[in-house]
Amino acid sequence: MDAKELIARRVAQEIRPGMLVNLGIGLPSMVATYVPASLGVFFQAENGVIGLGARPPEGMEDRHLTDAGGGFVSAVPGAASIDSAMSFGLIRGGHLGMTVLGGLQVDEAGHLANWKVPGKMVPGMGGAMDLVTGAARVVVAMQHAARGASKIVPRCTLPLTALRRVDLVVTDLAVIEPTGVGLILRERAPGVSLEDIRAATEAALVIPADVPEMTLD
Amino acid sequence: MKGALTPEQAAELIPDGASLMIGGFMAVGTPERMIDALVARGARGLTVIANDTATPGKGIGKLISAGAVARVIASHIGLNPETQGKMISGEIDCELVPQGTLVERIRAGGMGLGGVLTPAGLATEVEDGKQVVEVEGNRFLLETPLKADFALIGAWQADYVGNLSYLLTAQNFNPVMALAGRTVIAEPESIVPVGVIPPDSVKTPGVLVDHLLVHAG
Repeated sequence: MDAKELIARRVAQEIRPGMLVNLGIGLPSMVATYVPASLGVFFQAENGVIGLGARPPEGMEDRHLTDAGGGFVSAVPGAASIDSAMSFGLIRGGHLGMTVLGGLQVDEAGHLANWKVPGKMVPGMGGAMDLVTGAARVVVAMQHAARGASKIVPRCTLPLTALRRVDLVVTDLAVIEPTGVGLILRERAPGVSLEDIRAATEAALVIPADVPEMTLD
Repeated sequence: MKGALTPEQAAELIPDGASLMIGGFMAVGTPERMIDALVARGARGLTVIANDTATPGKGIGKLISAGAVARVIASHIGLNPETQGKMISGEIDCELVPQGTLVERIRAGGMGLGGVLTPAGLATEVEDGKQVVEVEGNRFLLETPLKADFALIGAWQADYVGNLSYLLTAQNFNPVMALAGRTVIAEPESIVPVGVIPPDSVKTPGVLVDHLLVHAG
């Protein structure tokens, strides 16, 4: 199992029956693959659909139905199409059960930075600031390190996405829960030791007596 | 409704330096023929208010490539490297706005509100220079209304009085922008007799629409 699949599988376990869930572009969008249809979950794409479905069969794509990255999608039974005001009303208004986003950095206060690298990459925040501010639960799905540098840092050096503390961080090495007393290490990836995680993490971690391995279905 | 225009007539109506709201999300629901006509006319100095600038060669990306745009107000430009390049070189002045805030600023402009209060962007770069307002113990940013000289709307069906309907995720910013342009030009995919669009399916009432673009033939 590669790192991204591991992360996506673990994040999928956070999703509860009947939730409305928004998945970001890239790694977070892989989570949908591992959520059983029996959960009755609706995925929202912020460009205007509740009930996002898989890519249609070859040749059946329609240019009026895409996800937030512009890729062709289908819709599940019970889907609704909405305009951008309604879409962000759902997000900001507390009607979204969970959002899963990628991250550039998460710090000891649980702050996320994921929209800008000054002077290098200025893609814009898109819907990220609204999502992190408004979703009932915010899960960050990202690699633990980038080019050898820990993405879990004492204090974000990149511009913040929101004031709000994220609820959970799932990486290829660990599951970490940001809290008022710091970053609590909740789980280890299969075959990863506490020492491996400590060595790969620049931020201070609160390490409970028992840190179990992730169980992946 | 004042009648139908050819794309060339629509492009003549829009002077250099005008501000345009352009519907669409990654070019889905974007009035492409109107954009092609603006590029063909050699429009210059436009301000574009839109969710994104698509990709080079698609939707608003064509205006960016043609050098028609001096200023962009958008939530995301990450999938168009030309917009990013022109922003960094100073050719395009770019204001990045959280997506939910952008749609609400447009809604405020179109619905006669003096602004909106949103928690998105608090304690981030978006807060810089803005008034923070406390309501019932919660802090919000005061975001000001947006209006434009023209709103260019991509629709599914229009009838002879300008009523518009949309399909799936192609609606996005279009219905809100139709309220906030001083002159509203809609480019429907088909024009049908009055009565074909049931009243409950009209998303943009024809009273908001000044011109339709003639059908593509």
